[in-house]
Amino acid sequence: MMTSDSALFTAMAVVNLEGDLLDQGEFNAWLDLWQRDGLYVVPIDPAETDFKNTLNYACDDHHMREKRVTRLYSGESISTTPRARTLRTLSRFRVLEADDNTIVVRGAQSLWEHRKGHSRHYAADITWHLRQQGERWLIQQKVIRLVNSDDVLHSIGYIL
Amino acid sequence: MQCDHLINVKNIDTVPARSEIAALVKHDRVHTSLYTSNDLFQLELDRIFGKTWVWVAHASEIPETGSFKTTEIGTQPVIVVRDRKGTVHTLLNRCRHRAATVCEHRSGKTNSFVCPYHGWGYALDGSLRGVPHPESYADQLEKGELGLVSLRTEQYAGMIFATFNDQIEPLEDFLGAAKKWMDLFMKQGAGYPIKTGPAHRFRFPGNWKIQLENTTDGYHFPVVHRSFLSSVDKQTEEMLNFVDGSGYVEDLGNGHSVMVMIPELVDLEANLDAPIPERFSELADALRAEHDEAQVRRIVRAVGGSGFNLNIFPNIACSMAFFRVLQPVSVSETEIHHAVITMDGGPDVANQARLRLHEHFQGPMGFGTPDDSEAWERVQRGATSGEDLWIMLNRGLAGEYRTDDGLRSDVSAETGMRAAYRQWKKLMTENEQ
Repeated sequence: MMTSDSALFTAMAVVNLEGDLLDQGEFNAWLDLWQRDGLYVVPIDPAETDFKNTLNYACDDHHMREKRVTRLYSGESISTTPRARTLRTLSRFRVLEADDNTIVVRGAQSLWEHRKGHSRHYAADITWHLRQQGERWLIQQKVIRLVNSDDVLHSIGYIL
Repeated sequence: MQCDHLINVKNIDTVPARSEIAALVKHDRVHTSLYTSNDLFQLELDRIFGKTWVWVAHASEIPETGSFKTTEIGTQPVIVVRDRKGTVHTLLNRCRHRAATVCEHRSGKTNSFVCPYHGWGYALDGSLRGVPHPESYADQLEKGELGLVSLRTEQYAGMIFATFNDQIEPLEDFLGAAKKWMDLFMKQGAGYPIKTGPAHRFRFPGNWKIQLENTTDGYHFPVVHRSFLSSVDKQTEEMLNFVDGSGYVEDLGNGHSVMVMIPELVDLEANLDAPIPERFSELADALRAEHDEAQVRRIVRAVGGSGFNLNIFPNIACSMAFFRVLQPVSVSETEIHHAVITMDGGPDVANQARLRLHEHFQGPMGFGTPDDSEAWERVQRGATSGEDLWIMLNRGLAGEYRTDDGLRSDVSAETGMRAAYRQWKKLMTENEQ
C-alpha cells in the first residue's frame, strides 16, 4: 500500500514533468504521458463534473489531443505562430485519493503567457487522475478549472 | 490666465456632422475611421444600439417564471426576465433611486430584484414594489413612476430583441427577409425545442464591425482556418472548401445578410435520403437503437448544423450551428459570445456530438476562433496606420444581381458587408426621430 507521502511524491514527479514538457514545447512527449483513454478537460463552470454533457473550452480525448499538438506544430494557425511562451509554476499539492494503481491529486497552477508584446496570467485549480501502467504513472484525467473560467477569456493558443 | 483648473468638457465640434459621416461610407468601401474613431463609436452607441432592435436573449435562456439573464445593449446593462404571465421584459439594470445595478448574476431565477444599496425592491415586470422606511418620503415618492425602465421587447422564432426606440417598426418588419432564414435555422432542433447556452465568451482588441463583417466573409475561411481544415476528415474538408462552390451571399435588407456556404444544407429536412456522411455513421448507429430511420437521419442532419450564416444587424448571427453575439466594449475592444445550441430533450449522444463540434472550432481554445481573433486584432492594428486609407468592400460587385429579397452575389462576395454598412450609414446619418 502506497503511503500518502510516496503518493504525493509520485504525483508531483508526474505533474512537474508534464508542466515542464508543456512549457518547453515538447508536446509529443506530453502525449506520451497520457493513458490512451484519458480525458483532458477545461470546463466553463468550475463546479461542473458532467463534462461530456456540457460545453467546455476543451474536452479532448486522445484524437483531439493529437490534433491539438499537430496544430501547434503545423505553422498553419496564425494564432499559434509564433507560439506563446508559457511559464507555469505548480504548487499546493494535496492527494485526494490514492491506492496502489491510482492517485488523485489537486494542485494550483499559476501560468504566465507572453506573445507579441503582451503578457497574460491564468491561474487554475487542477485535478489530475493518475494511473499506474507498468513502471509508469500516466495521466487518466486532467481537469483545469481556471479561476476566471466563467468569465470572458482571451485566446489560449497553447496547452494549459 | 491659468487654464489648468478649467473643467475639460468635450468639444462639440469634434462630433462629425451627418454629411461628414455619410462621406465615410461609399458603395464599395468604408473609411478606416469607422474602426478607429472614438467619436464615431460614441455615436454608434446612441444612433445604432440606442435606436434599432438589438438581440438580447433566446427564449430557452429564460424558460420559466422568474428566469432571467443579464446582458448589455451597446454598453448599457439590462436584465431580460420572464414575469408571472410569461411576458418577457427587458429592464435597465439600474435602481431608480441612486443607480446601483439591481442584479449582478449572469442568469438565474428570482421572485424580485432588490437593490443591494438601500433595499428598493422591484417586481419581475420592473414595477417598484416597495422601499425600506418610506415614511421619510411622506407622500413625495411616486412609486408608479419609479419602476425599472422597461424597453420595448418583441420576439420571433424564439429570438428576443429589445429597443430603446418606441417609434421603430415592429420587430417582424425589421427582420423582413431574414425571418425565413431564422425559421430554417431552427430546424436543427430536429423536432426537439432548441436550447441555447452556455457560451464561450471572449474578447478581442478590435472594433465590433470587424466581427460583424466576418460572419458573411467566406473569402477568409480557407486562409485563416487552414489549421482547422487540416484537423477534420477529408469529406468535411471538401464540404468546407466552399469558396469556389455554388453558394452565395445575399443582402436581405435592413443590414441583414445571409451567406450560404453549403447549399444542400439550407433546409435540413430536405433530401433526408442522401447518404449519411462517414463522420456521422457511428452516431447514426447509436441513434438507431431507439429511433426509426427517418428520425435518425433528421437528428444526424441537425447535429451537423445548417449550411449558412445569417447575420442580423447589428449584434446577432445564426451561424451554422450556434448563435454568435457581439457586444461593443470600446472603439477598439469587442466581446463575443458563441452560444452552443442543443436539442432540448434530444438524445444525449447527439447533443454530445454537437457540444464536441462546438468545442472543436469555437471559443478561446477552439481550432477556429483564436485564428479569427488574431486576424481581427491585426485588422485593428493595421488600421492605425494610414488613417486616410479605405477598407475595400468591392468583392463580388461585378456579379451582383437583384433578387426578390435584395442583392445576391457569389459565396465569397462582400455583399453582406455592404448591406451592413448601408444600414450603418442610414442609422448614423438619418435625422433624429
